[in-house]
Amino acid sequence: MSTTGANGVVFQTRGLTKVYDMGEVQVHALRGVDIDLYGGELLVLLGPSGSGKSTLLNILGGLDTASAGQVIYRGRELTTASDSELTEYRRHHVGFVFQFYNLIPSLTARENVAAVTEIARSAMAPADALTLVGLSERVDHFPAQLSGGEQQRVAIARAIAKQPSVLLCDEPTGALDSTTGIVVLEVLERINRDLGTTTALITHNADIAAMADRVVRLADGRIVDVHRNVEKKPARELRW
Amino acid sequence: MRALDQKLLRDLMRLRGVVLAIALVLVGGISTFIMSLSTYDSLVLTQAKYYRDHRFAQVFVSLKRAPESLQRRFLDIRGVDKVETRVVAAVNLDIPGFADPVSGQLVSVPDRGEPLFNALYLRRGRMVDPARDDEVVISESFANAHQFRLGDALSVTVNGRRKAVTIVGIVLSPEYIYEIQPGAVFPDYQRFGILWMARAPLAAAYDMEGAFNDVALSLTADANHDDVIDRLDEFLRPYGGRGAYGRQDQLSHKFLAEEFGQLETMATVFPVIFLGVAAFLLNVVIGRLINTEREQIAILKAFGYRNGEIGWHYTKFSLMIVAIGLAGGVVVGIFLGKGMSAVYQDFYRFPFLEYELKMSVVVNAALVAVAAGLAGTLTSVARAVQLPPAEGMRPETPTEFRATLVERAGLQRWFAQPTRMIMRHIERRPLRALLTVLGIASACGVIMVSNFQEDAIHHMIDVQYGMSSREDLSVSFVGPTSARALQSLKGVAGVAHVEGFRSVPVRLHFEHRSFRTALQGVESDGELHRILDKDLRRIKLPAAGVVMTDYLAKILGMKAGDWVTVEVLEDSQPVLRATGFARPKTFQFADVLAGSQPALRLPLVATTKQYLGVSAYLRRNVLNRLLEEGDVINGAYISTDSRYQSKVYSRLKDMPRVSGTVIREAAIAQFNQTMEQTILFFTMVTASLGAVIAFGVVYNSARIALSERGRELASLRVLGFTVGEIAYILLGELALLTLMALPIGFMFGRALCAYLVSQFESDLYRIPLILEPDAYSFATMVILTSAIISGYLVWRRLRCLDLIAVLKMRE
Repeated sequence: MSTTGANGVVFQTRGLTKVYDMGEVQVHALRGVDIDLYGGELLVLLGPSGSGKSTLLNILGGLDTASAGQVIYRGRELTTASDSELTEYRRHHVGFVFQFYNLIPSLTARENVAAVTEIARSAMAPADALTLVGLSERVDHFPAQLSGGEQQRVAIARAIAKQPSVLLCDEPTGALDSTTGIVVLEVLERINRDLGTTTALITHNADIAAMADRVVRLADGRIVDVHRNVEKKPARELRW
Repeated sequence: MRALDQKLLRDLMRLRGVVLAIALVLVGGISTFIMSLSTYDSLVLTQAKYYRDHRFAQVFVSLKRAPESLQRRFLDIRGVDKVETRVVAAVNLDIPGFADPVSGQLVSVPDRGEPLFNALYLRRGRMVDPARDDEVVISESFANAHQFRLGDALSVTVNGRRKAVTIVGIVLSPEYIYEIQPGAVFPDYQRFGILWMARAPLAAAYDMEGAFNDVALSLTADANHDDVIDRLDEFLRPYGGRGAYGRQDQLSHKFLAEEFGQLETMATVFPVIFLGVAAFLLNVVIGRLINTEREQIAILKAFGYRNGEIGWHYTKFSLMIVAIGLAGGVVVGIFLGKGMSAVYQDFYRFPFLEYELKMSVVVNAALVAVAAGLAGTLTSVARAVQLPPAEGMRPETPTEFRATLVERAGLQRWFAQPTRMIMRHIERRPLRALLTVLGIASACGVIMVSNFQEDAIHHMIDVQYGMSSREDLSVSFVGPTSARALQSLKGVAGVAHVEGFRSVPVRLHFEHRSFRTALQGVESDGELHRILDKDLRRIKLPAAGVVMTDYLAKILGMKAGDWVTVEVLEDSQPVLRATGFARPKTFQFADVLAGSQPALRLPLVATTKQYLGVSAYLRRNVLNRLLEEGDVINGAYISTDSRYQSKVYSRLKDMPRVSGTVIREAAIAQFNQTMEQTILFFTMVTASLGAVIAFGVVYNSARIALSERGRELASLRVLGFTVGEIAYILLGELALLTLMALPIGFMFGRALCAYLVSQFESDLYRIPLILEPDAYSFATMVILTSAIISGYLVWRRLRCLDLIAVLKMRE
């Protein structure tokens, strides 16, 4: 896949719709979403539970498929991509951070990162990635031996170690207290700034929006507001 | 090591309980497979080597008497390669301290050098000195049965003359692997033995100097077996030939072949069933295990692992389990196979054992195990990777919620919420419930198969010795004898009732099929020896025609109304002349075919149910008339007053014309012993392996159900449910499925038994399909015990569910 310049459009969605078929009922998670994401930008997706933000992120990351509409990643249409094309896309272009970390419990911090770097094209060394997130002392610990914040930082290290062009974070601080959450956000901020990784971050915490370049509000499967922060607040100054 | 391989090893360690339980199922299946087939292969190989090394003859014939000069002329018969003449004599033995009548066979060994055929294997002592007339070597089984030692003395009655002999050696012979007294169903090593003596002294004692009455031959490579037998019969007719026969009719070989045939059936049917069941279970449990990995598969997918890579990862995972099971199965299988072969070696008294495990057996077992493991893995992985990772990472949510049948029927008020959860869970996942039920049912069936034979054998004994052969003992005479002999038997103190019989060796022919057996002339209204129909009711023998064992009719392809052609294989002329009867007619089938002798043809009137042996029956007076002889018997059934039994025995011993005695109780004991040492031993081993499989299945079902539902149950604990209450939800479901599995298992087991029974039919015996309640209750007990132990192990885990972890997890 070709890459465009740092400030070009990375993602473009048009009329993006997702309907979950839950047996007798149909749940409309997305009802026609049009949005563009730009290279190097830090975007915060804000909205209450069930507003469709996770669904949007999952479709952008190739974890889920749309029911209708279009997603274009750097000029390439994702909505028509096959399963194996989506796999290749995830493998080389996207880093994920989940609310519940989703580490592999039987692997140490270093091995969790290695599980991803082993299949990537130009990955950094797992230890370097863990150093970037401030965990150089904890590389040989198993997830169960780490605090929630540390686990989430391992997850971030795992996501950035392959040097993805986009980093998608689904409520990365949702399971953490505010102090730990801010540490995690500082890491994400630094990655976005230093590595220039386009980052989309989901939260239902409006206070976090202050660190974004742009804030997109979703409600009931639609975009209700797009707002550009004139002045970004550093993550360490956030309070909630 | 790659991170994913690291994960593999750690997951195997973490899941070691489940991994071992799955491997255990496989160990059960594979070790049965290897044990059975290697035992069978080893026995066949050992037998072949024994026969070859000890030059077991190919054709045998006994005759009245022929001059030694005839020997060279055998070689003129086309197809005959080598020939050796012998003297064989029926003898009665007197063993100090043993009251029962003992008979035996005295066989000559050449005066110079090794015998050409049927070479003896010297276990202890030495061979006989040809110059001495008072030395014998005896068979090891006979020696062991009486604990004879070298140098012990015996009294042998040859030709009516008593002679003292000394045991100088103990031997084994390929010709007498089974030592069976003519007329007996099973060997009785205490009451029948084989002895060998130098040719010259034996011939002198038996009036066979310069003559022989027994021949062993080998055939040229291009010989036609049946043609040689026909030519031999013709050649020996003037000398009282009793019909030549090949190995397949040689008594010891025939019994051995039947036994091996049954072993072969067991050694193929059992392991195939076991391995099949184990493979099915492996498929099911590995599939379920992979299902519990659904979330991790989704994570790997999210990071860009390809379906193939994920498939290979889990393939390695299940191959590791299969490898553990395979390695364990091969090791246990070889261990049991060697042990079992040694038991059979001892039973058959093979001088050596060639243990053989064919590589193909291991390869087949491995292929089946790997295929079953892969099928289970790949179907589950394929299902898991089909889901978009976003969905896979969420806990599996049932898409359909609905009230169960019970609830729709309005019965829910009778059930508490936990019970309703059990029922809904089963109804929501009917396929999984069905597979669990089938898994437990097949384990149940396997246990029934390995256990049913004991009941069947008891039933056989009841029918054979309780309803049909009701005599306490049967005696046979050295030859046809006037029925007046019955009077002297009746006169013996302690004898309550006597019935004479006339038995004649025959070859029966129908269409192109023939069978060598005895035609039994018995009293039509006999009390002691009864003929039974298929419903075990007594049949009165018809005035004209024969009644056959149903199995014999099946072998010959006959039905009632067909006419069987009878070829009589006995020439009793000298005896009858001595007792003053008319010369009997000897029927030779060759003459019948050539038209020079009238065919003795008889209609088949009915068939009789008989589990042991095969015979044809007709009224004795009819048989006497057909043989153109008078009121003649050659044996008698006797019932005795148990208080005088030993007196009766010692009187019988003194009767010179009594050549053999079969005691009913001894026959039953022998039958039981033979069964215990062969079939029941085998089934005992397989039953234990079946129990291992059963436990593996039940434990896996419980353990995997726990990993599938751990989160849900921990949540209930958080809500205030007690360990007992959540255990009820999990184990109640297992209990319900186990109970549902039992009747299906019974049906499955019964069908398997029926199949085995049909495979087991042989000349020796037919095992009836009898399943007593204890077969069902044993299988039930094994399954329930497995369920209780599994339940206990799972309950222990439920007690330490991590409640905090579940609260942190998203639901």
